[in-house]
Parts: sequence; structure tokens; C-alpha cells
Amino acid sequence: MPGPDLLSNQGLRLDGRRPNELRRIICKLGVFTQPDGSAYLEQGNTKVLAAVYGPHHAAKSKSLQDGVVVNCQYSMATFSTGERKNRPRGDRKSLEISMHLRQALTAAIKTELYPRSQIDIYVEVLQADGGAFCASVNAATLALIDAGIPLRAYACACSASMAWLNGEPEALVDVGHVEEAAGGVVLTVASLPSTGSIGLLEQSHRLHMDYFNIVMSRAMQGCRDIEVILDKAVREHLAEGWTKQDVVTI
Amino acid sequence: MSKTSSSSRFVILSFSCVFVCIGLFETFQILLICFLKMTSHVKIRLASERVNHSVPSNNALPRFYTPGEVITGMKDFMRGHGTYVEGDSLKSSVAGVMQKVNKLICIRPLKSRYVGEIGDVVVGRVLEVQQKRWKIETNSRLDSVLQLSSVNLPGGELRRRSAEDEQMMRKHLEEGDLISAEVQSVFSDGSLSLHTRSLKYGKLGQGILMKVFPSLIKRRKNHFHQLPCGVSLIIGNNGFIWISPLEMSSNLEGNKDELETIETQTVNRSDREIMARVKNCIAALVASKMMLDDTSIMFAYEESLKYDNVKDLLDPEAMLDVAFLTEHRINYIMED
Repeated sequence: MPGPDLLSNQGLRLDGRRPNELRRIICKLGVFTQPDGSAYLEQGNTKVLAAVYGPHHAAKSKSLQDGVVVNCQYSMATFSTGERKNRPRGDRKSLEISMHLRQALTAAIKTELYPRSQIDIYVEVLQADGGAFCASVNAATLALIDAGIPLRAYACACSASMAWLNGEPEALVDVGHVEEAAGGVVLTVASLPSTGSIGLLEQSHRLHMDYFNIVMSRAMQGCRDIEVILDKAVREHLAEGWTKQDVVTI
Repeated sequence: MSKTSSSSRFVILSFSCVFVCIGLFETFQILLICFLKMTSHVKIRLASERVNHSVPSNNALPRFYTPGEVITGMKDFMRGHGTYVEGDSLKSSVAGVMQKVNKLICIRPLKSRYVGEIGDVVVGRVLEVQQKRWKIETNSRLDSVLQLSSVNLPGGELRRRSAEDEQMMRKHLEEGDLISAEVQSVFSDGSLSLHTRSLKYGKLGQGILMKVFPSLIKRRKNHFHQLPCGVSLIIGNNGFIWISPLEMSSNLEGNKDELETIETQTVNRSDREIMARVKNCIAALVASKMMLDDTSIMFAYEESLKYDNVKDLLDPEAMLDVAFLTEHRINYIMED
């Protein structure tokens, strides 16, 4: 059962947001010059950096004949959590999140265009305040767009939880660290919002089937809202970088 | 040890003399200025005060397409790079500008890996030496290949390659060497086959290599330039630019001994300064995302001459200034 104090009587959450409000998202593409693509994204207090290398020639042992190999590495900086994190990468949780990241992004990348090549995606969490996986997927999408790698659509991720308001179930979108730690269920969805298809679906605790649709639809709506924000940032980046290049139209 | 203690003693002595003569505040000022002069080559900036490198241009902004956006619903368009078909509509797969040639629609992204075409001039680095070919890295999605039959043998004879030539491959090109070559053909999987069958291509000697992204390089008839300021420039279509001093480029062919003496000869200081200045100018143009060709690099070089010290060009403000003035000059020329 979700904790009763996640939502106040007036319908405000622990950080003052309404149940359907996302945290403030600030993002910037092309922050590094060395990788092929890079992006920085802030979702509330969660800060994430993503860098993409590729596509480049894959090693013989790892190359696939019919598609590109996508490698992801998720790492958290030692100063990103409340207690100093002793092992930034390579521990079990980071490896699992790397696999999830790979699954979500492979659903978005048009892999059949690059046989025998490899794309490397590195994500570094600078500050974790809940929703680090979702912010990582969003930042990695921006970095892939910056690198010019063809995508089927934007890959956006959003989390949702559930609380009670006056005896009615109410879904909360974009859970922060405090709400996660309070013990409620957290449903994480990584989807391609323009097509409506889902790349990854993950749930932390138990949730009754009757309430699943409410939480799921709130999370999908959150993904669509995030896509609008990311699209706006991409267009601003294009406008800044394009003004001097030739455009040929016949 | 004794040197530092004597110099510090001198400083204390001079400080006390100055203190006696002038007064406390002025002494402090003079000391501060001397101290700052010693550390003036360290520049610390705040991230929030970063210089915005975008240079305003006269061109109107084109229409942008982002991944997943529907370009057109009509079926009689052919799809090119950067697009895909879903259902009965043509959608974009990268973020960029549409290029339409009659019925073919392509979306060109801002940055991408090099996609080779036949006839392009590229600069590449040898990665490995294989049976009858070399593997070359050219900033594309697959490594390029330079066949043994596509190089000019030293001595210039035209003969069939024997087994001996295979053993001598390493004498010709080793791992880590830089070469300039032309794209001969493109394999079915997209990798390039290069050739150096002309006197102007081949192994590169002393110089500076710069890596930029390929969409900034215009396709031109000539990629080998001798700039009037005294450097020779090879602008590879794959985004690798080679800057070398003028005398070295004129003698690429010739017997082995001549080549070796040229390679070990030290380049004199004035040539090296000019090469470093050209490199910094190219970096300034790249930071403001301007197209690179010999005219824009030459304009940038001339605009940068007002900075006497070449390393001053590394400041973001100086880079923006050079790029802005170059853009201004190019627009002025285009208007005429």
C-alpha cells in the first residue's frame, strides 16, 4: 500500500508539485567537442551527462553482420548521492541499469543501417535525486541526436507512482528521491512517444491490477510531455549551429 | 636551494627599500603587479560566463526536421539518407535540414561520421598492416582499405606485385603513419577503398593534423592548397586537415634518401609559428561552425594577424572575434 503522506489534502506532493507536473528540465546538446555527440540534462535536482562515440568499426569478436552493436555504460559519480558512493561503475546495480539503457536505446536506434559497426554510449550521473535512469535515457537520446545517428523516434523515459487523495487513487508523475524512499510503487517506462511503442517497462514494488492503467497512462503522458521539451531543445541547438552552412535545394 | 634563498632575500630587501621610500599601499600595489605578471598565463573562467560562439549570419533559417517527424505523406517521393518509411508517410530519422533533389528527399544532420564518395580526397592514419593491404582510419563508420595494388611502388616501376613486395609492405607504410589518398571505390557494406596512384598522394611527413567534423568541409575540385602565408594545406573530405610547411610538400616523390633527410630536418621557428597560427584560426572557425575552405582560412589568418602572440588566439573571445570578422569579409565578397 502506498504511504498516505505522499499527497496532502490540497493535492500537493512533498515538493509542492501537482500530481501531473514534471520537474523542471534543462538540457543542452554538444557540451563536449571530443565525442561524436554529447548532452547535459537536468531533471529537477538530478543532473546527468551523456557522451556518444560512433558509429565506428567494431572489434571482430563483437561485430554483428546485420546490425550495429550498442554498448552502454552507466556510472554514478562518487559525489552524486548523499553517502559517498565507493564504486562508481561495475557494481551490480550499475550493470543492470546499463543493460536496461541498452534495451531502451536499441529500440530507438535504426540498427540495420550500420552492420559491423559499434556505438558506445557513456552516461555519468553527477547528482542523483530520483529518476536517474529516466534522466539517463533522455540525455542519451539527445546525445545520439547530436551525433547524427538515425533514430526511429525520440526515446523518452518517465517514472510514475501512486498515492491516495480523499480515498481515490491518484497517479504521481516523475518521482523524486524522497517519494521513492517513502516506499511507494515506482513504475518506469521508456517509450518512443510519437509511435506509442514501449522500449522498457520496469516496476519496483507490487501494484494492484485495478490501478495499473492509471499509473501507466500517467507515465506515458509524462513521456509525451518530455518529448515536447527535448524537441524544443534540439530545434534551438539546430538553429544555433546551422546559420553558416550551405543548404542546397533544387 | 641557495639560488632561491638569495632571490627571496633580494625580494625582501627591495620590498623594504620600496616600503621606506613610497609607503605601504603603493608597495602592496607594486608587489601585486609583479606577482600577477608572473602568473598572467593562467586564465580561469566561470562556466556561467562562457562565450557563446554563434556568429549571426544573413541567411534565413531553414526548416528543420527532428527524428520521428513526418516529412510528407505522399507516396511518390524517394527516400534518401536520414529518412525512413512508416506506414504511408515518410519520416525523418535525424535532426537536420531537408535536401530535395527532384523526387529524392534526404535529411542532412549537423554532425555525422564521414560518408565517402568516389573521388574524395582523404587524410587517414594507418591502423594495421594486413596480408596485401593496409587498414586506414578515416573517421567513417568502418575502416577504409588501401590495397597493395593501389599504391605506387618506390622507384616508380609498373610491375606485378610479387611475394617480396608483401614482405616489404612495412617498409612502405607502418602502423601510425599518416597518408593522403583518394577514394577509388565504395564496397557494398559502405567501407572505402583508397588509392595513392598519383604523385601528390602518399605518406605525409612533418606537420600538424587537425580533426574537425566532416560536414564543415565543402566539396571542391582541389583539396591541396598552398597558402600565400607560407603553409601548404590538405583539406581532407573526411574532416582531417593537414598543415605542413611549404618546402616539404614539393618533394613527395624521389628516392628514399632524399625523403629521409626531409623528414628529419627541423622545421624553423617562423614556419612553426605560422603553422600554429593557421591551426588556431581553423579552431576558431570550427568553434563558430563556419565552412572551411582555403578562402575562409586565409581570411581568418589575415584577421588574426592583429594578435601578435599566437597563443592569444586560444582565448574564446579572440576566437569569436576572428570568426565574426571572417564571416563579415565573406559576406562582403559574396555581395560584390
